Amino acid sequence: MSEMPQTMSPAPGTLATPAGRSLAQDAWRRLRTNRAAMVSLVLLVLIALACFVGPWFIGWELDEVDWEAFRAPPSWESGHWLGTDANGRDLLTRTLYGGQVSLTVAVVASAVALVVGVLYGAIAGFAGGRTDALMMRGVDILYALPFLFLVILMMVVFGRNIVLIYVAIGAVEWLDMARIVRGQTLALKRQEFVEAARALGVGNRDIVMRHIIPNLIGPVIVFLTLTVPKVILLESFLSFLGLGVQEPLTSWGALISEGKDMMARAPWMLLVPSAFLTITLFCLNFLGDGLRDALDPRGR
Amino acid sequence: MVSFVLKRLLQAVPTLLLVITLSFFLMRLAPGGPFDSEIQAPPEIEANLKAAYHLDRPLLTQYVLYLGNLARGDLGPSFKYRDRSVNDLIATGFPVSLRLGAWAMAVALLAGVPLGIWAALRHNRATDHAVMGVALAGIAVPNFVVAPVLALVFGVTLAWLPAGGWGDGHWRYMLLPVLALAFPQVAYIARLMRASMIEALASPHIRTARAKGLAPAEVVLRHALRPALLPLVSYLGPAMVGIVTGSVVIEQIFGLPGIGRYFVQAALSRDYTLVLGVVIFYGVLIVLFNLLVDLLYGWLNPRIRYEG
Repeated sequence: MSEMPQTMSPAPGTLATPAGRSLAQDAWRRLRTNRAAMVSLVLLVLIALACFVGPWFIGWELDEVDWEAFRAPPSWESGHWLGTDANGRDLLTRTLYGGQVSLTVAVVASAVALVVGVLYGAIAGFAGGRTDALMMRGVDILYALPFLFLVILMMVVFGRNIVLIYVAIGAVEWLDMARIVRGQTLALKRQEFVEAARALGVGNRDIVMRHIIPNLIGPVIVFLTLTVPKVILLESFLSFLGLGVQEPLTSWGALISEGKDMMARAPWMLLVPSAFLTITLFCLNFLGDGLRDALDPRGR
Repeated sequence: MVSFVLKRLLQAVPTLLLVITLSFFLMRLAPGGPFDSEIQAPPEIEANLKAAYHLDRPLLTQYVLYLGNLARGDLGPSFKYRDRSVNDLIATGFPVSLRLGAWAMAVALLAGVPLGIWAALRHNRATDHAVMGVALAGIAVPNFVVAPVLALVFGVTLAWLPAGGWGDGHWRYMLLPVLALAFPQVAYIARLMRASMIEALASPHIRTARAKGLAPAEVVLRHALRPALLPLVSYLGPAMVGIVTGSVVIEQIFGLPGIGRYFVQAALSRDYTLVLGVVIFYGVLIVLFNLLVDLLYGWLNPRIRYEG
């Protein structure tokens, strides 16, 4: 709309042209009015910044042992602002490094789930008929599996390596995405613009990639915001059980697990990583709700 | 109805086979044998060990042998607890896990359903917001945070209840684990119940019931509750999966001698047969439970039954 020729707009001083708004601008405008979502967004950015940049400024290393302070409570003077763990390592530093792992897993595993789920769902929905029935029956069967147990089985079999965690979690989470995308695709493929593309001789592959998938962005983003906290939770769960990331690396789940063993004598070891994890999950949930309201046209 | 049951039973078979096959071959894909961590044994002994566990046969033969044993309900010997079979270990752990899980499910339903209804009846008022706030907490705060914090507060600081241990299933030992296990499910069920109740209350037959002057309690309990319960029934399957996976963590935290704890220990010490056995056992249990829920759903909602 903004590129409209000048002659079309009314003379200055009369009615102003209603400025054109893209879907994204529209959503952003609505999201900004949602206070909980905006506070969450700011908090999330701060947490991510703290995790990825913060460790440079604190002055302790991930596995640096302070021989003066084993299980020291939080204090300003000692430089251990949130205390130390049982081995005299600075807890804030470890929590921030752990956050790097948790947040990275969240992004990578969600991306895996996104790519697999969108492609699978879009192909099934677009192909329709027997292919669709067969592909979705496969999803139904996978749904019925106790997936977490299979992930743990994979950890046992292939050793605990961090790339595998990404793949395994992504492999679990793509199912819902595939279902949602398939449903949307079924509705989209009957619309006129797809017919027009076909009439112009566009091939199936290009129709899916250029016309169907870009129109799925709204529901996919909403669903993605639900996937990210689930992924973080799953990774923490595995690390908590000792089946996720291994020393010297750490993650929030692993730190909570260490903290739980020390909670009677050093409760901060449990409470600090728990607080980081909980706040992050809360923020992601609020942001997800906000995005859903902002992107869902029915909510207008 | 009979054909419906038969059909669902037949549909469960490929799922079960897939669970078993996938788990079996995943396990055998493992680099190195299960006895690699042992002290270097002479080759003859290793060969004997492998022969004893049929590990010297071709993979397919092993698979068929395993399936055959499975058909007779035998999950094989544990690789680490040499003197015990997997069946034996599951039989020891399952009563504990079942008791914990059943109580958690009961608490989840008994707390979640009324909370959801209550929130729906007070739609958009303070009660509604309060209930949904608590529900959000139940969804956002993982149970491996809730459980240690509960243990810390009630077990250590206040010392009202034991912070861990089984104590032969005395309720004082059960209370904290059950609450920690049920909390996320209470949250999900309350949310679900609220949403479906709001929808049910807005439907025309409720307006009719109100218009003919029925008492509010009767309108809610007899006319709105029934249709609103249907989504809850289809959530029972995922709820059970949630409780089963949750129990793995909860048993670990409170030191309860259930299957979950064996499972984690087996996973950490690479006891392949025990891990495989537990995966298959829970897989079968979940598939059967889903089947049961399907049947219940079909029974409650005749519209589903006769569809394709």
